[in-house]
Amino acid sequence: MPNKHSRTTHENLPLNALIDGLNRRYCHVIDDGEFERWPGFFVKDGTYRITTRWNHSNGMQAGLMFCENRAMMEDRVSALRIANVYEPHTYRHLVDPPLVINQSDGEASVQTSFVVYRIMETGSPEVFCTGKYLDNLVEMDKDLLFKERLVVCDSERIDTMIIIPL
Amino acid sequence: MPTIKEWVPEDFSRIPYSFYSDEEIHTQEQHSIFRGATWNFLGLESELPGVGDYKTMYVGEVPVIVIRNRESGFNALINRCAHRGNLVCLQERGNAKRLTCVYHNWTFDLDGKLASIAFEKGIQGKGGIAPDFARERHGLKRLRVETYAGLIFGTFSEKSIPLHQYLGPEMRTNMDRVLGRKMEIIGRFQHVLDGNWKLYMENVRDTYHATLLHSFFPTFRLNRLSMRGGIELSEGGLHHLTYSIQSSDRSESQYNAKDLRAVKDGYALKAPELLQGWPEYECGTTLAIQSIFPNFSVQQVSNVITVRLIVPKGPKKSDLTWWILGAVEDTPEQRAIRLRQSNLIGPGGYVALEDGGVVGWVRRGVAGADHEESILAMGGRDTERFSDSRCSELSVRGFWQGWSGFMRN
Repeated sequence: MPNKHSRTTHENLPLNALIDGLNRRYCHVIDDGEFERWPGFFVKDGTYRITTRWNHSNGMQAGLMFCENRAMMEDRVSALRIANVYEPHTYRHLVDPPLVINQSDGEASVQTSFVVYRIMETGSPEVFCTGKYLDNLVEMDKDLLFKERLVVCDSERIDTMIIIPL
Repeated sequence: MPTIKEWVPEDFSRIPYSFYSDEEIHTQEQHSIFRGATWNFLGLESELPGVGDYKTMYVGEVPVIVIRNRESGFNALINRCAHRGNLVCLQERGNAKRLTCVYHNWTFDLDGKLASIAFEKGIQGKGGIAPDFARERHGLKRLRVETYAGLIFGTFSEKSIPLHQYLGPEMRTNMDRVLGRKMEIIGRFQHVLDGNWKLYMENVRDTYHATLLHSFFPTFRLNRLSMRGGIELSEGGLHHLTYSIQSSDRSESQYNAKDLRAVKDGYALKAPELLQGWPEYECGTTLAIQSIFPNFSVQQVSNVITVRLIVPKGPKKSDLTWWILGAVEDTPEQRAIRLRQSNLIGPGGYVALEDGGVVGWVRRGVAGADHEESILAMGGRDTERFSDSRCSELSVRGFWQGWSGFMRN
């Protein structure tokens, strides 16, 4: 029985189902607070960036988070564990089935809509963010990994702060 | 709970908590500060590159259209139709030759003059605007607009002194240093803060909290011991500048592995290139935080340059916008450094995200404490113009001195 930590690619499954499985594992890892596992979804020099629709459509490069490699993602995780100060909260991700835009030679470009609820200790679940993932995936040692994950939030406005990756 | 008239402080080292939530204070701020003799930040010249380019925003609570009306000129018009008060521009930005209200098609030129009224003469001789209606007296209201260092400012008041005089020489020097070249926007982020705008401006000016609230640098041992710095206030305490300067024997690029040694094993950055910058300024300034009264800030942290605006949304909410800037002349390497370092700032910034939080935490903390006061006694109780210690709340006291000057007028 595969669990959320098993990443073995099942060769008999269609690509869409594999990517969907990857997305779901990714979201469960974050929603369960297992942040140390998050960089492992990326290749070593994979990139992770959070931006907004306005910045993206206007060619603005800066990000709400801007990680150029897995080491920078690991630093994001250490900072949220030991350095930054914030009120405890968790996320609940809901993701659409992935839309494969392009695939060739073991790589795929994919986009996937998401909704993230944020649950503070003091309150009820509130929609924190909606948007889409723009991903480039590669197959490596029978695993699918992110070469690039660009998170494009629909709204320009973030409530108070963002510390946990989307 | 004192009203502003009843508040007669000996100095500015104690502030009633009610000032962060009181409706009357909020209403008076709209009048005495945002529509008073202050200069409000409206945007960057580079946001509106072409003639007719406009953006909509708020000055205090008033909706405003900022528009490039000719090659080198800008207008700021109240976004309120002279007819029935409808918003004239509904889009956040766009380009227009004329501004037409959707409600009854009244049309204004880029200077706000009323150019045409739909069915002005009625239909088949019936209806039409009253004969005594004077079109020239019913344009969109205009703010006075001036620019400095690529930044557009506006004021509602005839009494405002010229912008360069309002900023003063100390503030202009820093703006020239950081922004005095062709700049472009490389990102813009907004967050909603759960408290009064003054809590955020206090935070911008609070040099005391830097390494206490923001534990990112100390945790990863990124504080440099060789830095000197200080605080400067403009006349009357209105604006402030705080800065650190790297001593001349070390440059930013000397940030290397041995400086990043952790307190405990594992407490080191795995990607220390985050902090590797280049010495951009001859003076060696590595950090400069500047606030321009009432609600604007210019910031340089290493090589990341931002401007920030906090707009009140009622007494207990505010909207904060960050514009992240680069120089047009940046090399690809320099631009990459700025983008990497943008991890430090903004709603998810390693040394900034707590500032968004603390606005709401103080708001919740002071609920039910209308008769109590906040204390600002670090570094004494005075509002001197200069301090060489940043372990001080001098700049925050300066803010309140400036604030009360406008509120008592």
